[in-house]
Amino acid sequence: MLVTFLIIATFTFFLMQTLPGSPFNDERLSESQKEKLYERYGLDEPAPIQYVKYMANIFKGDLGVSFQYDGRPVSDIIGERIGASAVLGAQSLIIGCMVGIILGIIAAIRHNTAIDYAAMVIAVIGLSVPNFVFAGLLQYWVGVKLQWLPVAFWEGFEYSILPTISLSVFVIATIARFMRTEMLEVLGQDYIVTAKAKGLNQFAVVMRHGLRNAAIPIITILGPMTVSLLTGTLVIEKIFSVPGLGEQFVKSIMTNDFPVIMGVTLFYSILFIGVVLIVDILYGVIDPRIRLSGGTKQ
Amino acid sequence: MSINEKEITDDLFLPADSENGTEAISRPTITYWAEVWKRFRKNKAAFIGLILISIILALAIFGPYANEHGYDEQNLTRANLPPKIPILEQVSWLGVSGTDIQGIDRYKESGITEYFWFGTDNLGRDLWTRVWEGTRISLYIAILAALIDLIIGVVYGGISAYYGGRIDNIMQRIVEILVGIPSLIVVILLILVLQPGIISITLAMVITGWVGMARIVRGQILKLKEQEYVLASRTLGAKDRRLIWKHLIPNTMGPIIITTMFTIPTAIFTEAFLSFIGLGLQPPIASLGTLINDGYKLLRIYPHMLAFSSIIISLIMISFNLIGDGLRDALDPKMRK
Repeated sequence: MLVTFLIIATFTFFLMQTLPGSPFNDERLSESQKEKLYERYGLDEPAPIQYVKYMANIFKGDLGVSFQYDGRPVSDIIGERIGASAVLGAQSLIIGCMVGIILGIIAAIRHNTAIDYAAMVIAVIGLSVPNFVFAGLLQYWVGVKLQWLPVAFWEGFEYSILPTISLSVFVIATIARFMRTEMLEVLGQDYIVTAKAKGLNQFAVVMRHGLRNAAIPIITILGPMTVSLLTGTLVIEKIFSVPGLGEQFVKSIMTNDFPVIMGVTLFYSILFIGVVLIVDILYGVIDPRIRLSGGTKQ
Repeated sequence: MSINEKEITDDLFLPADSENGTEAISRPTITYWAEVWKRFRKNKAAFIGLILISIILALAIFGPYANEHGYDEQNLTRANLPPKIPILEQVSWLGVSGTDIQGIDRYKESGITEYFWFGTDNLGRDLWTRVWEGTRISLYIAILAALIDLIIGVVYGGISAYYGGRIDNIMQRIVEILVGIPSLIVVILLILVLQPGIISITLAMVITGWVGMARIVRGQILKLKEQEYVLASRTLGAKDRRLIWKHLIPNTMGPIIITTMFTIPTAIFTEAFLSFIGLGLQPPIASLGTLINDGYKLLRIYPHMLAFSSIIISLIMISFNLIGDGLRDALDPKMRK
């Protein structure tokens, strides 16, 4: 895990070194001014020394300072931007999981009926249509034509509705498909027959016995899900002008703001590695079969 | 008691007539792929997907030649025209009558008699040509990326699984590290370094993309190489090369094709996504992603610029996913009836 992180950090650092652009490529700057700027941001030193310094600073939680915002610490920028992204991500994940699970269960219970087919058509469309296309559709119809909800910016709850929906479509579709398959398998198990034979009503059978067992594998797709949500926030935040981390990242790419690009990259990597680790642990906690066999998941 | 009453004759002990055809194969023999095709055809959704993809492919190849405009031919006198299609222009709700969202017939205003089927963009370039040109480039990038993924993945996974032991161990550690890195970030960083272009975008996607294929091939070959027919072939003196090419790879074809079918839409999405955050192809070349990105800038006034490219990218993604699902079912021997 640490190895992965170190490799990412090193990789990012040296890629940044080979970047063709420079943040201070302004023709109005004289040579001596450039030199001063380089000295100030520590860019005059040879790459290996910069590397050692950078790596040492990372472990102190110092990600360097931004070029674009006149020496503001990168960690500050991340801290300031993470709020909106976190709200957006969490809302989409929660809504996506809830709607997805319900859709999947309904499709499984009404297997091979029109409801099932409709749910799966929705799922395939949700899985296929890129989120930026969907966002455009929502922005145009709900925002511009019907004027029900604000088109962009971030000034309150109603501003988060459209971005959240655009982001959660993919989550809904993935979870619904997964849930349906799992639920169909679980509903065929002996213990479900037993529960039915005991005289439990269908709701109790599905909720207490079915859902619990079917939900376990869903945790495994939470890892890839976070990644897709991250990808999503990059575009969705740009489309809806949400002042989040993703929007900042895209902006920094445009302005060659290396320290911010590196900082955000590392932050995303930590998040990703963290989610994978948590998923592994959660899996053992929730499914006693894995804990008892004492093995890693395989 | 009834047994006793029955007379036991010699002819009861004659061998059963084996020539009455019960053992004969009455159905025509059918090859594996013919059967897959048969099952695939029965899946309506997948078949629709296949037809859609064929139409889109044909249009991507021949569409740009349907009128005489070039994809980079600018003409500001005909900028921002809404779409207008002969015959369909009578149907008002379709929005292809040449009137913009204020209800003004832009064609009449600028005195243009020509029909622009998908309208024009803010530089007066014909969107029909640009959209199909863009589809062509997007599909090209996606298919190229999927093919390279396939080759690297099959070779890497094949070697890793077939030789096993220490080689496998080292190769799998490398894969594990690569899987741990969020691929999207690597892609973005690489494009930053390589400068956007068809080849660099493809390369950036391949660098992280082959891992999935390698893992699937490895898993499949690990399973297959323990099977008896491989042992039999080995006993008969088959060399490694023959074993790999004649037995292991053909039997891994199913999962390989399915993975490729899901790689293509992912690649199309990634390319569009990169264009969207400003790391896509440079103008005047168009891809579906850059077209969508351009469309967003004028979404409020000229929604048609976003509409067509979005519809086509969605249709491509849906079709490939449907085909992938259909193939997965068709190739699964458990579904055999």
